[in-house]
Amino acid sequence: MSTTPATTPPKQRSRLGAAPWTTYLLLVLLALVYIMPFLIQISTSFKTEPEAAVNPIGLFPQNWTTAAYERLFRFSDYATWGMNSAIVTAFVTVGRVFFVSLAGYALARIPFRGRGVVFALVIAVMAVPSVVLLIPKFLVINQLGIYDSYAGMIVPLLADAAGVFIMKNFFESIPVSVEEQARIDGAGVFRTFWSIVLPMAAPAVMTIVILSFQGSWNELNHFIVATQDPQLTTLTKGVAQLASGQLSQGTQYPLKLGAAVLMTIPVAIVFFVFQRRIMNVSAGAVKE
Amino acid sequence: MVARAKSSRSPGPGIKGRQQLAGWIFISPVVVLLGLFLFVPVLMAAWVSVSDWTGRGSPFAADVGYVGTENYSQILTGGGLATQDFGTSIRNNLYYVLFVVPLQTALSLFLAVLVSRRIMRGRGFFRTAFYFPSVTSSVAITVLWLFLFSQSGVVNKILSWFTIDGPNWFADPRGVIHVFLRAVGVESAPQALATNEFLGISWWQWVSGPSMAMSAFILMAIFTTSGTFMLLFIAGLQSIGPEIEEAAMMDRANAWRRFIHVTLPMLKPTLFTVITLGLIGTWQVFDQIYVGTQGGPAKTTLTPAYLSFNEAFNQGDWGEGAAIAFILFAIIVFFTIVQRFVLRERDTVKKPRTKRSQAVAVEVER
Repeated sequence: MSTTPATTPPKQRSRLGAAPWTTYLLLVLLALVYIMPFLIQISTSFKTEPEAAVNPIGLFPQNWTTAAYERLFRFSDYATWGMNSAIVTAFVTVGRVFFVSLAGYALARIPFRGRGVVFALVIAVMAVPSVVLLIPKFLVINQLGIYDSYAGMIVPLLADAAGVFIMKNFFESIPVSVEEQARIDGAGVFRTFWSIVLPMAAPAVMTIVILSFQGSWNELNHFIVATQDPQLTTLTKGVAQLASGQLSQGTQYPLKLGAAVLMTIPVAIVFFVFQRRIMNVSAGAVKE
Repeated sequence: MVARAKSSRSPGPGIKGRQQLAGWIFISPVVVLLGLFLFVPVLMAAWVSVSDWTGRGSPFAADVGYVGTENYSQILTGGGLATQDFGTSIRNNLYYVLFVVPLQTALSLFLAVLVSRRIMRGRGFFRTAFYFPSVTSSVAITVLWLFLFSQSGVVNKILSWFTIDGPNWFADPRGVIHVFLRAVGVESAPQALATNEFLGISWWQWVSGPSMAMSAFILMAIFTTSGTFMLLFIAGLQSIGPEIEEAAMMDRANAWRRFIHVTLPMLKPTLFTVITLGLIGTWQVFDQIYVGTQGGPAKTTLTPAYLSFNEAFNQGDWGEGAAIAFILFAIIVFFTIVQRFVLRERDTVKKPRTKRSQAVAVEVER
């Protein structure tokens, strides 16, 4: 990303691109609009309910209290929801990395009959939006007898067409000579893949890890159609139920916002640690 | 790809056979999973959409009957409640698309231009700030939005500084165009609009505009997606490079004209991608509605996606629910085909960028 500016000589750059203070002012105002909601969210979660109603904007609670969080853990199954989200996310992420890189490698490197057809199918599948699959997915999960089980929550999320696509592109960028050497040394296809090519694909694997972490942690509609059992509720589903008021007398904004803050922390951490990579991927600038 | 396939085929026939097998073994988990949880479900739902299954037992049991296109015709031409609900949901979503797509495109382009100045301090900070809403879950954002737009919430508080009495957003079914018309003196529907109807609801209702509740969701969509699309535009702006702008600078074109006549035409491919992705995404409104309003107030936030879910899972009318899903699917497929078509055009023109531009599309679609 940083390569383009470097080509311009420094003298011209300052004349061309120096941002005037008006631009900064505008940017700061816009950034405030984007950041303030989250700051207000955090501060409100530490307010009392009356204060949240009277003074919704104040960033510093007058009566600092953790009552909302205490209530959240005492009167809802928040801990269980968190556990379920963690379990599902862990399995989905590990499984996806494995299956998706296998498939990506096969599509990129192994010449087998039907490869073109499979690739076309993967591309076609990416076009199917998840919201139209709510009913279909439920039908299959029900038919397979995995409704209300971890299997039903995890297995359908294991394959990800977009991930296959990303891995395939990456493997194609690795020089073939590396593998040929290994093959001449007598390594089988899986050995070559596992101990030579996959380690070289670490950046792309990391991308898949981040994407599936975010994807499965934030997933809602699949869990809605795959489970009913309160013991299998995930954070997204649980907080959604809180929001529509199942625990509440009154508005309970501090509690609801606190629940939303907590569930955002893991994705926020991953985002801030890997933000360069995440934003580069989203911009499609996968140059590795 | 062809060249590579040939070179790795050279070692010999034994290896070739082994590779055939390895290839299928490698690909099979993904193929089986996608087949089982995507392809088969769609076929099953296709059957359900022409059946009278009520959700009890298996949809393939002997007592489940084939009803032909009855479910579809009830939704599209029946004129009853099913048609009304479907018409309402289409109207709601149509306004959502109509407002969100242009606004998110314009805003994300604007942000991208602002943070693409070559010499700028804190560029990374601003990008992060604008992008962060895109990584948080739809559930968390909706909860936040319900608070911000509540009766005594942040938005109304800010409006009150300007002595504006804000509405109770998520409980207010009034359409913004109706509100505007009332403000200029049009109190009730003109005869022609009130008596004629389409998809079960009168033309007067079609022109209501998004309700206050839907407007809040529209703002939310713009807030959460502008960061992602901003990144696409940043990538697009980078691919233009500084030379062209410098050339325009030499011609003493001012900044605005330079943008309109030089930058914007060169951004056309990105612009097209963003718009088509926006069109595809905005027809899939579900999470917000499920978490926030369940279609209310007065069905003004009902969307086809939520209606389909609700008909099946809550009303037990699986046939109709599945039929709505297929109609929605058709709408989205239409825009997807447009998008694929556009991307293909791009690839032939700009070969080196092929993979990048496709990756962009892949990521944003998720």
